[in-house]
Amino acid sequence: MGKIKLHHIALLAAPLALTACELAPKTTEQDGFRGTGMNAVYVTDSRVPGDVPPPPYELVVAEDGPLASEVYENVQVLGNLSADEFNYLMAAITEWVAPEQGCNYCHNPANMASDELYTKGVARSMLLMTQDVNQNWQSHVAQTGVTCWTCHRGNNIPQEVWTLPEPENAGSIANNRRGQNTPIAANGYSSLPYGAVARYLLDGSSAEGIRVASTGMHPGDNATTTMETEATYSLMMHMSQSLGVNCTFCHNTQAFSSWSNSTPQRTTAWHGIRMAGNINETYITPLTDVFPANRLGPMGDPYKVNCTTCHQGLNLPMGGARMVADYPGLQRLLISNDASDAVEVEAVPATEMTDTN
Amino acid sequence: MAQYQNIFTQVQLTATPEMGIPTADSGRSRTTRATFNHWLGLIGQAQIGPVYLGWCGVLSLVLGLLAFEIIGFNMLASVGWDPVQFVRQLFWLSLEPPGPEYGFSPFVPLAEGGWFILAGACFSLSVILWWVRTYRRASALGMGKHVSWAFASAIFLMLVLGFIRPMLMGSWAEAVPYGVFPHLDWTAAFSIRYGNLFYNPFHALSIVFLYGSTLLFAMHGATILAVGRYGGEREIEQITDRGTASERAALFWRWTMGWNATMESVHRWAWWFAVLTTLTGGIGILLTGTVVDNWYLWAQEHGYAPAYPDTGVVDPAAAPVGE
Repeated sequence: MGKIKLHHIALLAAPLALTACELAPKTTEQDGFRGTGMNAVYVTDSRVPGDVPPPPYELVVAEDGPLASEVYENVQVLGNLSADEFNYLMAAITEWVAPEQGCNYCHNPANMASDELYTKGVARSMLLMTQDVNQNWQSHVAQTGVTCWTCHRGNNIPQEVWTLPEPENAGSIANNRRGQNTPIAANGYSSLPYGAVARYLLDGSSAEGIRVASTGMHPGDNATTTMETEATYSLMMHMSQSLGVNCTFCHNTQAFSSWSNSTPQRTTAWHGIRMAGNINETYITPLTDVFPANRLGPMGDPYKVNCTTCHQGLNLPMGGARMVADYPGLQRLLISNDASDAVEVEAVPATEMTDTN
Repeated sequence: MAQYQNIFTQVQLTATPEMGIPTADSGRSRTTRATFNHWLGLIGQAQIGPVYLGWCGVLSLVLGLLAFEIIGFNMLASVGWDPVQFVRQLFWLSLEPPGPEYGFSPFVPLAEGGWFILAGACFSLSVILWWVRTYRRASALGMGKHVSWAFASAIFLMLVLGFIRPMLMGSWAEAVPYGVFPHLDWTAAFSIRYGNLFYNPFHALSIVFLYGSTLLFAMHGATILAVGRYGGEREIEQITDRGTASERAALFWRWTMGWNATMESVHRWAWWFAVLTTLTGGIGILLTGTVVDNWYLWAQEHGYAPAYPDTGVVDPAAAPVGE
């Protein structure tokens, strides 16, 4: 009898040993036609809006108050804001990006107008980027918008960034993985190519070539090979991991390529891919010469954005909290495109500053 | 007291080894010794040997070992000859085929996929020589060639995946890499590129035969074990001289599902299911990219894939970016 009992216990315990136990309550949502497996199972508590820092203080703008450009010198991007809102925004940015270093992370305390610290030039470019995203990329960020916090989360450099991968030992089999078969974060610890983000999110036009399936039933002019398809697969895994969703969040897996079978989220993601490439091309790569060497990757390029930079495991960053509502100065570009081209991002020695000011 | 059990053979004969019947070529290539192993005897025949290798066997083993070493050393080199990382990352490592820039050229630098072609050549030749061996040994024993033809079906699929289809497509980049996870990535990427392989009817047939094979194997194995106490394991005798084991087994299936295979036909069922798994699978792979480039669209055209309600989502590539 005792022997039988032992057998029974062992048999019951064996399946338990093989399961990954997640005991937290879960929510299941159907997000596609029945029978297509289009559903999401997630830990219920994981979808609550995240804590976001409150505004530094309640913004009160004095009527007929002066503009920032009238009160301060050398305000190139936010000069059209009232001085009150300018100060308020500066206080918020300090908390978002340099909570430990404070104002001095970007400013010379003896001369706040000075451009001698490179970080100030970078901040200008990033402000333009934030305004551009909120004004021109609502196809992706909708009315939720972004602030510096969306990426920075209290860090000088956002934690989820990427740089160009180092070329491998071409011409030899030693230390040569052929751009894949390396379990690192860039490919979601799979054996897929790890250069997919660098290939498709580098600039505004690099999203070309993501589509691999043919639009016709029979062979035509689509020369994409199975090997090349793995790069698209890798990018999709990056997106999946970044957003904490599976394929069916956007696709009906009956036909990944079919738009009329896809969910509206796929359109949002489509714009997001282009937005990330555009940000890297327009706002980050041009800063290559501005950053000191310790702020560059092994290939000498600055840290760039991908889906994880903002999303960090949630399909709505920070659970969809609309921080930008409290910061009107970030909601749209305040200066014209021509003027933004003239914005100085390169650090200028303080001695010259006194002349230009 | 010896008790007859079916899972493990508890009764083992230990006697002078059975050295096999004399054949026309037996003297040259057959080893002359045999031994017994108790543990192997628990799960099968306790006697080990004699082995017939012959030239085909020796060459096959040499070429197979060469392929194995080429793949292994390429993997080891890829982690900088670090044995610890080799073991740690083994499932991620791979010997990759040449990239699309080389087309189907046989002349590819070794580090760029040349080793892949060499490994594939050695591996293919090794398997083909082993097939010749199975055919010739069956012939020497006066057997039918059923094992050889079943094996040939598997070799057909292997050659289609690694050589014939890449040749027809004109690109080594279509071939399957030699690696654990990498070959699985290939499988998924292949389906993504060619519009969902599940709508390839030959893929569907292959799955039917694969799952059918396991079902038939389970049914037949279980049936024979179940009538073991009546001598059911002597299947061939039961075909011609139907005893109570065969009667009971047949009755069992007639009672439970109304019809039964016979002691003879069930083996044809199993053989054909196994052979057709790789045969239909190979045909499905062969047609992909050569005749059909998007199986989903093909299946829509032929009323084979369900059409789900339009979600109303349209391709944004037609609209201006960022607006």
